[in-house]
Amino acid sequence: MTDLTKLTAVEIATGIKSGDFSAVAVTKAHLDRISRIDSKINAFLHVDTEGALSQAKLVDEKRDAGKALGDLAGVPVAVKDIFTQKGVPTTAGSKILEGWIPPYDSTVVSRMKQADMVLLGKVNMDEFAMGSSTENSGYGPTRNPWDLDRIPGGSSGGSSAAVAGFMSSLAVGTDTGGSIRQPAAVTGTVGVKPTYGGVSRYGMIALASSLDQAGPFARTVLDAALLHKVMGGHDHHDSTSISAPVPPIVEAAKSLDLKGMKIGVVKELSGEGYQAGVLSLFQDSVAILKDLGAQIVEVSCPSFEYALAAYYLIQPSECSSNLARFDGMRYGMRVAEGNAGVEEVMSATRAAGFGAEVKRRIMIGTYALSSGYYDAYYGSAQKVRTLIAQDYAKAFQKADVLISPTSPVTAFKIGEKTNDPMAMYLNDICTIPVNLAGIGGMSLPIGLDPADSLPVGLQVMSPVMQDDRMYRVGGALEAALLNHWGAPLLDRAQQL
Amino acid sequence: MTNLSFDDALTRFEPTLGLEVHVELNTATKVFCACPTSFGSEPNTNVCPVCLGLPGSLPTLNEKAVESIIRIGLALNCQIAPWSRMARKNYFYPDMPKDFQISQYDEPICFDGYLDVLVPDQDGSTTVRIGIERVHLEEDTGKLTHAGGSTGRIHGADYSLVDYNRAGIPLVEIVTKVIDGTKHAAPLVAKAYVSALRDLVRNLGVSDVRMEEGSLRCDANLSLKPIGSETLGTRTETKNVNSLRSVERAVRSEMVRQAAVLDSGQKVRQETRHFQESDGSTSPGRSKEQAEEYRYFPEPDLLPIAPDAAWVAKLKSELPEAPAAKRERLQAAWGISDFEMISVINSGGIDLVEKTIAAGCDQAAARKWWMGELSRIANELDQELESLSISPKQVAEVESLIQSGTLNDKLARVVIAAVINGEGSPAEIVANQNLAVVSDDTALLAAIDVAITQSPDVVAKIKEGKLQAAGAVIGAVMKATKGQADAAKVRQLLFERLGVSE
Amino acid sequence: MSNLSRAELENLAKLARINLTDEELTIFGSQLGLILDSVAKVQEVVNDSIVPMSHALPMTNVFRPDVVGQSLSNSEALAAAPSTQDHRFKVPRILDEE
Repeated sequence: MTDLTKLTAVEIATGIKSGDFSAVAVTKAHLDRISRIDSKINAFLHVDTEGALSQAKLVDEKRDAGKALGDLAGVPVAVKDIFTQKGVPTTAGSKILEGWIPPYDSTVVSRMKQADMVLLGKVNMDEFAMGSSTENSGYGPTRNPWDLDRIPGGSSGGSSAAVAGFMSSLAVGTDTGGSIRQPAAVTGTVGVKPTYGGVSRYGMIALASSLDQAGPFARTVLDAALLHKVMGGHDHHDSTSISAPVPPIVEAAKSLDLKGMKIGVVKELSGEGYQAGVLSLFQDSVAILKDLGAQIVEVSCPSFEYALAAYYLIQPSECSSNLARFDGMRYGMRVAEGNAGVEEVMSATRAAGFGAEVKRRIMIGTYALSSGYYDAYYGSAQKVRTLIAQDYAKAFQKADVLISPTSPVTAFKIGEKTNDPMAMYLNDICTIPVNLAGIGGMSLPIGLDPADSLPVGLQVMSPVMQDDRMYRVGGALEAALLNHWGAPLLDRAQQL
Repeated sequence: MTNLSFDDALTRFEPTLGLEVHVELNTATKVFCACPTSFGSEPNTNVCPVCLGLPGSLPTLNEKAVESIIRIGLALNCQIAPWSRMARKNYFYPDMPKDFQISQYDEPICFDGYLDVLVPDQDGSTTVRIGIERVHLEEDTGKLTHAGGSTGRIHGADYSLVDYNRAGIPLVEIVTKVIDGTKHAAPLVAKAYVSALRDLVRNLGVSDVRMEEGSLRCDANLSLKPIGSETLGTRTETKNVNSLRSVERAVRSEMVRQAAVLDSGQKVRQETRHFQESDGSTSPGRSKEQAEEYRYFPEPDLLPIAPDAAWVAKLKSELPEAPAAKRERLQAAWGISDFEMISVINSGGIDLVEKTIAAGCDQAAARKWWMGELSRIANELDQELESLSISPKQVAEVESLIQSGTLNDKLARVVIAAVINGEGSPAEIVANQNLAVVSDDTALLAAIDVAITQSPDVVAKIKEGKLQAAGAVIGAVMKATKGQADAAKVRQLLFERLGVSE
Repeated sequence: MSNLSRAELENLAKLARINLTDEELTIFGSQLGLILDSVAKVQEVVNDSIVPMSHALPMTNVFRPDVVGQSLSNSEALAAAPSTQDHRFKVPRILDEE
């Protein structure tokens, strides 16, 4: 019998539509696998068994009644615990929100429900999406299915691990500086950060509002495109949502044709600090892209040197303000001792509810926005942002898409970098410029580093609202690699 | 510390004023979400994820609020910024759901305007031009109720209760430039400015501007400097000034207080003070005042506001007649003096008078009622004129009942009180309470006959031609008929009865 | 640079409403100093002619029509509150007795 958890989203949706198997069977298969292996991974913070099964039942009834079904009807999806889902606990990976049950659905959640998808539950993340390893979760780290001693990336580590561990066919994550692409890279999955404004942020707990973007995790580029299409498009609840329709990403993912396409290799995103295996696999992929008919050009983005610094000012600044509301007054934790006044209750609650990384970044942001330092720090960082956007604009005059490694390194060991925030921040060196400029970025697996047998990802970047271009490149490269490997990369991961 | 009188204070110091007025817009929905703005709803029912600041929620900007603030800016002769941003003002306070307020910082939508206001003086009035520094858009906070403790005030309360219905109601903040050189007139200038601003905003129809409901609130900044000095003194900001009368009183009492502080060689503390309606004084605000560090930065969840020139031009062309122009037009039409006009303006009743006249009332009578009896009642009830529950049409109706002889002046006052008391329309009240002037001669003659028999001495005098003595008899008749008789009629019938002529 | 001074840190923590332990003050002092040194790099490359970028996309004038929508019920609004009374959120006393 087919293992329903090994199927792609397209195969699941097709099988349900044609009656090969039911949505309930698909859901049960995934719920079974979660209960069997997630104690080792810790991807799920909350499994919504009842909700998932009742939604699957509705899909089957709809199908039996001959009603039209969405493209991803019955396909299971894991939701990063940063999205509100009415009636389902939502914590953003923080103790300060433990037990909070939102009274409303995020737009991403409501669109997936409308598309007849089955929401399996909420998955782990670095607290309030601050981190690159999911070690900063208030609910324990998530482990990489490839090697349980290693991190699954972050902050969307629960999403990447759920998909890589075949506990869910699809997952949604959020990406502020690389939090979808880096976890995808280190788990051998596909992860996409759409153009800023391409997917509504309504109901997505904000880290840094001007950088945050929701996107899909999948095991194939086409699956990612289908989920991106379901999630994306204009939403009047989000002022920064783009009113134009989602670009033709599904068609692009299927096109497999790169003839005449100009692909730029970003000079600054390689060299020192990059693992040898990461660089050599990247070069192999460049060669494949050339064989597929693409023209390879080198582009230079000199301001990227300042991207990390700008990011670690803008993100903490916005976060220090966004996280102010967690003060123990209206929802979530309240620490009150004796007859303490409101200022003391707020300060004690935040001290008890936030983890170290969150506190660090709130402090940096508070500092950077203070009147004496605003121009030197926050103001300058916003100017660097302009320079980075200008670098991209110039590069996109030379090339249709840009490529780089997604992460300089493969999955590192749990605990390896927890005491060195600066080393941790370097994980996002390739992904951060994309968020600063608001463009689209995708990571797809390109092989295993021979040194550690761990997955390596390649990043494709496309201009604002030209997300179809990265899907076109990703789809074609994926097909060529699959042809070369003979089987999907994830088949080489350990059996759990 | 010695107390100085207001006049003494002015012999040594001159005041510098700055006024910040917050106006709640009367949009149907809040500024950043679709919750209704209705006043007086059950607590925490006009709330949603956005105005409760729930995790994940995002603000969306109300177009009507933007349009309203641009109209206010245009009416105040301001520049309209071609590009401006909302900004976050960060500070923790439990009435603020997000622990930041979405406001504007260095890029207000409107800036650099003025408002001409008429300030009464011995010679009638003077026009004072008040510079407008900026007009910006922000959100209101929730409402705190302090419980426990002895005073019901924030200090010493055991805990507080929060209702977020008001959180997110659109507020427009109008900040004046420094107002200098007003000397003795400072309290009057402050009052006249707020009054003129209120008329202007009401005239635009963008706010109910009811001070008693808090839809117009004023903070008064005041400093004193020695006469002739170029350097501004330390200022205080008096909050909670919520009626026109209070604006005047607050400025006056703060001038006197600061003068006494300076006079005794001490320094004025830069602080927030609260106005006390009870005795007109001001008292210091937060005890643990710390230097505020608001960490303003552009609101990333809302996009810049860039009104195009055509939109602004259209809004400008649609502005209603400005209150100043309207004042001139009405003064000419009514043919009244500057002094009389000022008293109409200061009463806050100019629109009421105009509407009463439009309803068919004579202008002098309309002014008489609103400036006189109705102002007296408003004062007594501590309400603004326009919140009295009597309409201009009803006032005109009362006046027409006088003209037709149904009512006399005294009965009209009874009818007005009854209308305000919710007892019905003037006509209904006259009918139900049998208040019409007695015009049945038989009844009156009977009353006159009684009075004649009771006062033979007076009657004798009248018959001798001392007609002024008739007052006593007429008074007795009026008393007997409970004021329902027309005094002129009584006089006429009395003389006929006694066979004398005037 | 430099570690942040203890006084600076304490002031930041107060502004941010986070009680920090002695241990945290010590660790954060050096970590934040290091981070701030590193991010100060942004100052090297900027000048007055560069327009700061506050939003990822150059969009303007996104407004919502003034039409009333759905609000939460009182019980939904208060459901997650740590403490309530009289249909309101109950919060600790705001200021000490003067």
